[in-house]
Amino acid sequence: MSSDAKHKPKIAVFKFASCDGCQLSLLDAEEHLLAVAGAVDIAYFPEASRRMLKGPYDIGLVEGSVTTHHDAQRIQQARRQCRTLVTIGACATAGGIQALRNWNDVNEFVSYVYSNPDYIQTLKQSTPIAEHVPVDFELRGCPINKYQLVEFIAATLAGRKPNIPTYSVCLECKRRAAICVAVARGLACLGPVTQAGCGAICPAYGRGCYGCFGPMENPNAKALARRFAELGNDREQILRAFRNFNAWSWQFRAATEEREQQ
Amino acid sequence: MSVRASDAPKGAVTIRVDCLARVEGEGGLQVKLRGDRVQELKLRIFEPPRLFEGFLRGRHFTEVPDITARICGICPIAYQMSSIHALERALGVEIDPMTRLLRRIFYCGEWIESHALHVYMLHAPDFLGCQDVIEMAAAHKQAVNDALRLKKIGNDLVTLIGGREIHPVSAAVGGFYKVPARRQLEGMREALLWALEASLNTVRLVAGFHFPDFEQDYEFVSLSHPDEYPFNEGRLVSNRGIDIDVMEYEDCFAERHVRHSTSLHSAVRARGSFLVGPLARFNLNYEKLTPLARQAAADAGLAPPCRNQFKSIVVRAVELVFACEEALRLIDAYEPPVTPMAPVEVRAATGQAVTEAPRGSLYHRYRIDDDGIVVDARIIAPTSQNLRRIEDDLWSFIPKIASKSVDEMTWQCEQAIRNYDPCISCSCHFLKLHLERAPE
Repeated sequence: MSSDAKHKPKIAVFKFASCDGCQLSLLDAEEHLLAVAGAVDIAYFPEASRRMLKGPYDIGLVEGSVTTHHDAQRIQQARRQCRTLVTIGACATAGGIQALRNWNDVNEFVSYVYSNPDYIQTLKQSTPIAEHVPVDFELRGCPINKYQLVEFIAATLAGRKPNIPTYSVCLECKRRAAICVAVARGLACLGPVTQAGCGAICPAYGRGCYGCFGPMENPNAKALARRFAELGNDREQILRAFRNFNAWSWQFRAATEEREQQ
Repeated sequence: MSVRASDAPKGAVTIRVDCLARVEGEGGLQVKLRGDRVQELKLRIFEPPRLFEGFLRGRHFTEVPDITARICGICPIAYQMSSIHALERALGVEIDPMTRLLRRIFYCGEWIESHALHVYMLHAPDFLGCQDVIEMAAAHKQAVNDALRLKKIGNDLVTLIGGREIHPVSAAVGGFYKVPARRQLEGMREALLWALEASLNTVRLVAGFHFPDFEQDYEFVSLSHPDEYPFNEGRLVSNRGIDIDVMEYEDCFAERHVRHSTSLHSAVRARGSFLVGPLARFNLNYEKLTPLARQAAADAGLAPPCRNQFKSIVVRAVELVFACEEALRLIDAYEPPVTPMAPVEVRAATGQAVTEAPRGSLYHRYRIDDDGIVVDARIIAPTSQNLRRIEDDLWSFIPKIASKSVDEMTWQCEQAIRNYDPCISCSCHFLKLHLERAPE
């Protein structure tokens, strides 16, 4: 984006099937935006700029999941152009909410939404980027936390490991001194198995976590599903709880598919 | 922006822009020109379909606002509000008057954030001949810093009420999971007073831009409320006699599925294309604007009916003034709702709603069963409603600029499309430019 870009690392932002919310986080980092733009060359970011520089790029931020043949090829090109490739958000990392098609007949979905289904070309499954190419780092969330994005860029520029926690939302919830909605109110809360990063917003707003940051490191999702059952949730409720924005992550998938077999 | 131009013999030119920048989502434009006549024009939308209506079926109605927010990261509140109002209407839920007021403040936050983003970061660079806001910042540092602060104030208001700016978590069928205390909202007063001044400056800045002479005979469509500039409620009206309850939306408007677009095209059944968004709201609800917003519009030389969509950037700035004033007024009137979450009795029912997203009217319809499970859903995004109108604009606009260079034509076509603040991610739930000049 800037003309003085000779020695600055080049950043590219690629979009696949998504809502644009995660790449918007870069523009939403209002107080950091001009500083970031000063430290790096935002070389390819179509949502924000007409200027589109060719690769290779030092950092590629990938938003969205793969849902078309064309996109399955495009991600291969993107990978070849980027030294470090980072997925940003639940769509790129786990397939997103649109991965709910993976348990259904996509053709039926297409006929339901479009009057001429034969005009639409889409894959049977919505898949995360890592099912197609090696991914160097994942920024979680639906949407991502903009401060984690700024931290990731800053750490990469400094050549250090980004300080992004992999523990659960419960730790953030305690630190925020929010009342545990699972213990106090018996709500089905995904906090115990969900990676921190949002700041435990949902429990602080009096509702159960719905897991938008996806599975934490080594989650015991199956045990939490059993706990949900003890709290009086039926099978369908438990399946719906795990099957939202990170439904296709293998850890949540294992929990729901076990439950379906019972 | 990749532009491929090939000069074929006898003045035949092909322009192809593979990705339209500064819009939310993916699309492109394909144009065939003979002399200054457009022979073929297609706004190609290749945003991959995400099939929301498909997987909303089978979900519990309480989950719907969280899911539909994910259609658009720029205007998630609009998606939450249209789905919540549709479901509340289906279930006959009576909300607390203060909940209604708080939803209006919430919507003000989204309008401020989204309009500041579009006016400064996506649209103004076109008028100033810059590739993007970063390049613009070099010559207009103060304006860009003010824009970022203005946008942040909108985001802060949303975050205060909803927990975060993108995909907030507090809104629900029946009200809010948690509502702010009066003093928390009062804490936003000073920032909003600054934002109001910044918005007035924005009107002055954008009013000075050069606007192509391009007036069209639009059918403007927007919500209209007897006492308020519309956000959440009202009848759907137009300047050509539409005046309907939103329940009648699908009788009045039809969606067409065309081969070159994964977004559906809407039309008024009886006539054809129409326009939703700031220009429509301004022309149809001018009297409901605050006196200060009307004065700012008048000072900018803007009076209804404005038929130049390039001036939508000025209207957005006027709506910024309105949103700041309205938020301030509502914060003064706010007391926490007695029942933040109204009781909801589940039954099989159908409900529709239209609310005014920053980029235009957003229609939702849901049918749920006795257990509160969604069995049928329909969502018609503002950009779907505008797509046919954008194509109509380009049919008329391109002949006017056909003598220009390929690069200039390309940029001006993009600008004409960005007039609509198109949100392609939403409408598919957007753009490559392909211009072909055929031999005379």
